[in-house]
Amino acid sequence: MSKRRPYVRSMDGWWKKNPFFVEYMIHESTALFVAAYAFVLLVGLIRLGQGEAAWNGWLEAMKSPLSLVFHLAFLVAIAYHTYSWFVIMPKTLPPIIVGGKRVGPAAITGGGLLAAVVASIAMLALVWRIAL
Amino acid sequence: MKSGLKRSNAPIFWSLFGAGGMLSALFGPVLVFITGIAVPLGLLLPAGTMSYPKMLAFAQNFIGKGFIFAVIALFLWFAAHRIYHSLHEIGIHPGLLAKLLCYGSAFAATLISAYVLLGLGF
Amino acid sequence: MSDTKKIIEIEVLRYQPESDTEPHLEVYKVPFSDDMSVLQGVQYIKDNFDGSLTFRWSCRMAICGSCGMMINGIPKLSCETFLRDYYPNRVRVEAMAHFPIEKDLVVDLSGFIGKLESIQPYIIPREARSLEQGEYIQSPEQFNAYIQFTSCINCTLCYAACPQFGLNPDFIGPAAIALLHRYNMDSRDGAAEQRMELVASEEGVFNCSAVGYCSEVCPKHVDPANAVNINKTNAAKDYFLRFLSPKGGSK
Repeated sequence: MSKRRPYVRSMDGWWKKNPFFVEYMIHESTALFVAAYAFVLLVGLIRLGQGEAAWNGWLEAMKSPLSLVFHLAFLVAIAYHTYSWFVIMPKTLPPIIVGGKRVGPAAITGGGLLAAVVASIAMLALVWRIAL
Repeated sequence: MKSGLKRSNAPIFWSLFGAGGMLSALFGPVLVFITGIAVPLGLLLPAGTMSYPKMLAFAQNFIGKGFIFAVIALFLWFAAHRIYHSLHEIGIHPGLLAKLLCYGSAFAATLISAYVLLGLGF
Repeated sequence: MSDTKKIIEIEVLRYQPESDTEPHLEVYKVPFSDDMSVLQGVQYIKDNFDGSLTFRWSCRMAICGSCGMMINGIPKLSCETFLRDYYPNRVRVEAMAHFPIEKDLVVDLSGFIGKLESIQPYIIPREARSLEQGEYIQSPEQFNAYIQFTSCINCTLCYAACPQFGLNPDFIGPAAIALLHRYNMDSRDGAAEQRMELVASEEGVFNCSAVGYCSEVCPKHVDPANAVNINKTNAAKDYFLRFLSPKGGSK
């Protein structure tokens, strides 16, 4: 008769057991902030659809101290999402070969972050142009 | 090869997740800065940057409409997918309810934003 | 020179299926020299304190892949991890995470072996060639496309690093998918479509949430996370494109 009795360990709290997993859960949780911000925009869009008075009410609400604090938190969290998104990218992209050589992880992450900076500046410039 | 394999429907949600993740990584921070900080505080950008006529014109423009739709819908599909997986990861497996709450709200937001944007005309 | 030896405390997760209901930690005071690996520390315990301590090992040079353990919670090959790097602190040694513990530091790998078989880990020729036609010619570029994924030694540290495998033991997992990718990427092989059924299945690549820790702990720099994620893209293409050209993939 077999004396085997394989013991299966619990996964409870696995994410607290390793700094790598703690960081993973932190960057995954930035999704909550992305969702919250998208809902703010959705409300804005609905208010825009309801006419000028409703839209101006939304703009006023965005000026409240509470809203500013929330958006500061959104900014930090979503910027961290940007960072972590491009840090993991070397592991998610197929190999990129340039001049017969595979582009290294640092170059891929750097390239992604650079693209985010360029996109941000371009967006600011575009909004500026439309606003003037 | 194993038998009885069932094809995963994840590619639908994973593709939306990837698109939303990339869009929010590229434009998320600057959009939060513009709409949530710079405009309310009157920093950096000209006064009236998000005035009603300007925003209406933006939302009636074909590209502007597409951009607003992509940002709201894809941000939420991205977040829904991640939050749903995180729930599973921390040991909450309410199955259908969690799925409905996460993906359902993204789906509803997609429909609502499409409806409003189409209602604003071209 | 044994009197000049330093003493390190090694805490070992013990599990004796015949007498224990659950694993427990036991501490041993082990004299060590700077050239001693954690594996040698565990061997010292077996030889001097408790002969029943059970663990796998073979080559002692990080190539056989037998001696993976959790060392202070991190999946490592115990033969290439040195006690001196933990001294004067205590070092904790446990069976590889996420696998069922068979006894002490030995885990049940039968699930992994089944997965290895399921990926068809051999070349299924793209075209049949007779001896007269000679060898298959492969260019350096074609060789480079898969060589990295041949380095896997099946140590399964990547599984011990993968929470998604811990949460769903049916997930094919990093090493098996890396090896699957190795054969798919081989220009001589023509079975990528057959393997897609597994890749795209509910046990397949979409269990991965790109934690990326598998690639961090891999002692051979296989980068299994890369193999898994490339195959997500492949599976997504297969998912959407099958409506255009219905062939391959699962049902």
